[in-house]
Amino acid sequence: MKYITSAIGRKQLMAVTGLAWSLFVLSHMAANLLILFDAEAYNKYSHALISNPAIYLAEAGLLLTILAHIVNGIRLTIENRSARPQKYAMPTNGEKAARFQSKWMVYHGTLLAIFLVWHLLTFKFGTVYMVTYNGVEMRDLHRLVLEVFQDPMYVAGYLLCMVAVGFHLSHGFYSAFASLGLSHPRYMSLMNKFGYLYALIIAAGFISQPIYVYCIAVR
Amino acid sequence: MGGTNGKKLNLKLKVWRQKNSKDAGHFEEYDAKDISTDCSFLEMLDIVNNKLILEGKDPIAFDHDCREGICGSCGMTINGNPHGADRGTTACQLHMRRFNDGETIVIEPFRAKAFPVLKDLTVDRSAFDKIIQSGGFVSVNTGSAPDANAQLVPKEKADLAFHAATCIGCGACVAACANSSAMLFTSAKISHLGLLPQGEPERDRRVLKMMETMEEAGFGNCSNTGACSLACPKDIQFENIANLNAEFLRASIRSRD
Repeated sequence: MKYITSAIGRKQLMAVTGLAWSLFVLSHMAANLLILFDAEAYNKYSHALISNPAIYLAEAGLLLTILAHIVNGIRLTIENRSARPQKYAMPTNGEKAARFQSKWMVYHGTLLAIFLVWHLLTFKFGTVYMVTYNGVEMRDLHRLVLEVFQDPMYVAGYLLCMVAVGFHLSHGFYSAFASLGLSHPRYMSLMNKFGYLYALIIAAGFISQPIYVYCIAVR
Repeated sequence: MGGTNGKKLNLKLKVWRQKNSKDAGHFEEYDAKDISTDCSFLEMLDIVNNKLILEGKDPIAFDHDCREGICGSCGMTINGNPHGADRGTTACQLHMRRFNDGETIVIEPFRAKAFPVLKDLTVDRSAFDKIIQSGGFVSVNTGSAPDANAQLVPKEKADLAFHAATCIGCGACVAACANSSAMLFTSAKISHLGLLPQGEPERDRRVLKMMETMEEAGFGNCSNTGACSLACPKDIQFENIANLNAEFLRASIRSRD
């Protein structure tokens, strides 16, 4: 049996690609916090990123890992559904019920995939404003962000998706380490708590930005 | 032994009835009257069945054997929970004092593609036997018994292996899993045999073969929800699955097949 097509091999592929994206969203969230402080710093940071030729390599890597994560996830879900053709009349309840976010991975995952396309269309492929700092012309992403986050419907949709990010990570982060074989109860329990903390930090960090723009920056 | 407290329950049962594996199956309602709270869940079903037999009807088929929670024969889903809502308890050890008078109890078979229903609440769990046959064994030399303590086993590992060995193979983990995965069962066997020096010679081949058989049998994949461990009447820990993942990765790297 080939490792990569095996049940555990594909579970570990989910883990590795998921962890790669967990790290990416951390850096993305942390750097974007600049919006809370300074427009120039925000624009200069994004300019430094997109003007670096290595960005294409990074983007290709991110695209590849997320596609592997999505395609593999869909395949696993289809297989898992077919492993129980006849559903239960009553769902598992009480003390024997698993935490809901772990059972809903495919649902918030699907929402996040849709969000990703929406997010790229709004910002990466959105309106291009230009600004010049010290003679260097660059995209004024700060202006675009401020403009976009003035629509309350957009902000509400964005917040919903960021809550989904939190739920996805709160199971996914810990689950990835379990899939990769971290089995010591001490570290597993630690990783479980850390997973919640990680999810909370990411979700709160992303949520703070549209809230700041909507409630404070443009008032 | 504690005596009876004299309490009686009147219950409504919604039981899955299915003539054979080809029948579509349906729920039927039964009254379970004057049930002593000292009855076990299976004794309650016995009482209902006696009445059905006296009425010339087909009794409800369910698996059972030891009725003391060690054989792994019994298994049914009670109000959505494999073996009922109590943690660490088999259906045969579940008592009627855990239910309320007038309650409706929904009883279904363990549901999974790999566990086809044979009749009513009995399911075919021979897929587990196939997993065991593919690698759940150790090779032992014939001849006289070796000295008891000739082979050193660290106490900690012996304890972990022993706890994993308490798996009775009832299938509650599969029944509880959203994906009908047999990972907890398989992982219990991997820990049970793989943590001990006696299991070392087959260590890599065992995990690869058992996982291959598990997949072929039509069980789903693991999503690390931990529902299996919560439903396990023997409290087999989720960490066994993580250990299985590590063992599988190690074996895949080392395998020369």
